[in-house]
Amino acid sequence: MFESKSGILYIAGIGFFALAFVSNALVPWLMYNDLKEQTVEELINSNLRYQFEDLARRYPDSFNAAYGKPPGGDAEHDAWWNEKCGDALRYGHKLYVGEGCWHCHSQFIRPVSNEEARWGPVSRSVEYQNELQRPVLFGTRRVGPDLCREGGRRSNDWHAVHFFRPDSLSQDSPMPEYPWFFDGSPDKPNAKGLAIMTYVQWLGSWQESYPYYEAYVESPLPRPEPVEGAEGGVAAATEGDAAGGESANATSPDAEATRENSQ
Amino acid sequence: MTTASNAAEPEIRTHHDLVDEKIVKFYFITALIFLTASMLAGLLVSLQLIRHNPFSGIELFSPGRWRMVHTNAVAYGFLANGFLGALHWAIPRLTLQPVYDRRLSWLIYGAWQFVVGATAVGILLGQAQGLEWGETPVWIDPIAQLGLLLVAINFMTPIARMKGPMYVSLWYFLAAFVWTFLTYAMGNFIPQYFVSGTSAGAVGGLFIHDLVGLFVTPLGWGLMYYFVPILIKKPIWSHGLSLVGFWGLAFFYPLQGIHHFLYTPIPMFLQYGAVVSTIAVELVVTTVIINFFGSIWGNWGLVKSNLPIRFFYTGMVYYFLTCLQCSFQVTLTFQKVIHFSDWVVGHAHMVMFGVFSMWIMGMMTYLFPRMLKRDWASRSLCEWHYWLSTVGLFVMVADLTLLGLFQGWSWAALEPWDASTEFSVPFWALRSIAGLAMFGGLLAFLLNIWLTFRAAPAAGAESVPAAGLAAT
Repeated sequence: MFESKSGILYIAGIGFFALAFVSNALVPWLMYNDLKEQTVEELINSNLRYQFEDLARRYPDSFNAAYGKPPGGDAEHDAWWNEKCGDALRYGHKLYVGEGCWHCHSQFIRPVSNEEARWGPVSRSVEYQNELQRPVLFGTRRVGPDLCREGGRRSNDWHAVHFFRPDSLSQDSPMPEYPWFFDGSPDKPNAKGLAIMTYVQWLGSWQESYPYYEAYVESPLPRPEPVEGAEGGVAAATEGDAAGGESANATSPDAEATRENSQ
Repeated sequence: MTTASNAAEPEIRTHHDLVDEKIVKFYFITALIFLTASMLAGLLVSLQLIRHNPFSGIELFSPGRWRMVHTNAVAYGFLANGFLGALHWAIPRLTLQPVYDRRLSWLIYGAWQFVVGATAVGILLGQAQGLEWGETPVWIDPIAQLGLLLVAINFMTPIARMKGPMYVSLWYFLAAFVWTFLTYAMGNFIPQYFVSGTSAGAVGGLFIHDLVGLFVTPLGWGLMYYFVPILIKKPIWSHGLSLVGFWGLAFFYPLQGIHHFLYTPIPMFLQYGAVVSTIAVELVVTTVIINFFGSIWGNWGLVKSNLPIRFFYTGMVYYFLTCLQCSFQVTLTFQKVIHFSDWVVGHAHMVMFGVFSMWIMGMMTYLFPRMLKRDWASRSLCEWHYWLSTVGLFVMVADLTLLGLFQGWSWAALEPWDASTEFSVPFWALRSIAGLAMFGGLLAFLLNIWLTFRAAPAAGAESVPAAGLAAT
């Protein structure tokens, strides 16, 4: 049996593989089978809608070019926004996967190593039962911070500038630049830019503790080197007048990230 | 097709009847081309990390995309092609049966290069699938799946036709063809089309892990069981340990997938199970290592004089280190610190380059002179290849392992995130240099192959050359 063709083929080849599949894949599959998988349409919430409409207000030309103008009637109006928001979310997810963002940014908070203090509530299974976690984007590496509580932490302007030139906001950031999300400057995001920002703002938008950045206060932890005009950073982050890019670098993401630690 | 010859008196098939050397050479050269591409991709990403990316802001050179090209080109372009080439040599010689059909071999060769090339193009155009090592765009998945089926048919036929007891290598090969097919199907289709969320994470973990454990590892060890006894001219030390090694790997390896996602919402009892079986497999690995070191015991001079043996045993030392490291890092205690950090990147390089790439390089070093019927043009280039690869990799792994600890502690201490990317820069710079050394080793090898191709065949070309490097 141990050295015969059939023993190796059926026991080792198929049998042990099947055993592992049943115990390691089928068991969790059945355990979470009762959690219904949400569609993109079901994922749209008021926080996300706020951010999406905010994109339309901040970048009206870009937005109209990508999605057109909302229709008149109230009911149609609402349906239109939801539809476009869903489109943006799907497209943003496709970009997030296609650009490999998930290789440097994880999407789960562990109950250890003070991750709760840094990012917020520990991840739960139900958060992943949706169309946009197909395949799941847990991630295995963090060069940059975890993103599953990112939504609402920073303004759309911050994200626009950050995608365009990351190191203008996060000093010495190793994140690549994504100028192809824009038509030449950070105040002109194209359809890709609008979509990826919608997706990032969605992450964690279902949390009760959302959003964080409105109540921004300076980090209580010592910063490596104080940057001039730190107070101005508050305004830049909240009001998001960051189109100038370089002028807004007073607010570093960790300052905001670590702020939650004190809450 | 072989009925005609079977009807005749039983004949001893010669090497020429069994092995299609041309396809072995094609697979090897293609593998090296993909390895070159992969290492250039890795270099680009490492330059991005130290913020010296010369192509910054160019969409087609986006480091995020090239990072996926790097891993996929190694797994499917280099390792798979290298193994397929070596299998075209080893399986017919072990079974004394040719592959199912030589035309099918060439069809598979072409199809596989299409799969790997299309994967790279698809990824560079931003069509990646969100599954680590399964980034192959979804439209290519069915073609790859079909290719794996054809590979299984082509190689399992000679194994099925052979008579008498099967040698250890064939156990590994037979199981690997089944496992690879099933693993690819599981990983690329189930999380995309059937399950989402946490359970998809469990499947994804199984996929990444089985790709290493059930595709690369059994083919690698099977080929070691084949080449090592030939080169040291002695049988494997213990048949009993060979049995323990194979069945232990077959049982424990598939059960470990979830250890890639510890502390996720995947149920804790499954995480514990994965941890325990990972530690168990380390014991199995130890028996295999003992078996191979028992085999070479008393002939240690070979490690100095015989380059393929040196590549093989260096790989085994790295294999033992990888698995030893794994049995620690898989514990929840270590995971708190090192998960998400560069420690894991170091670990991945140690197993993929330190073990399996070294083994394939050893096989190439052994087989090229035999196929070209002439010695290596330059022994010293062979030495450069070995030493740059070995030392480069060692420096890279040591550097990244240490960096991983610093990153993990920095994060847990709630230092600002920038602090971790800032103090990583010198480590990342050293990693780039170590990577360049490994790349330099590859260039030395490519140059040597080119010089050897151009050199005149050895006198008396009909006989297999003494393979001066392999001479004892």
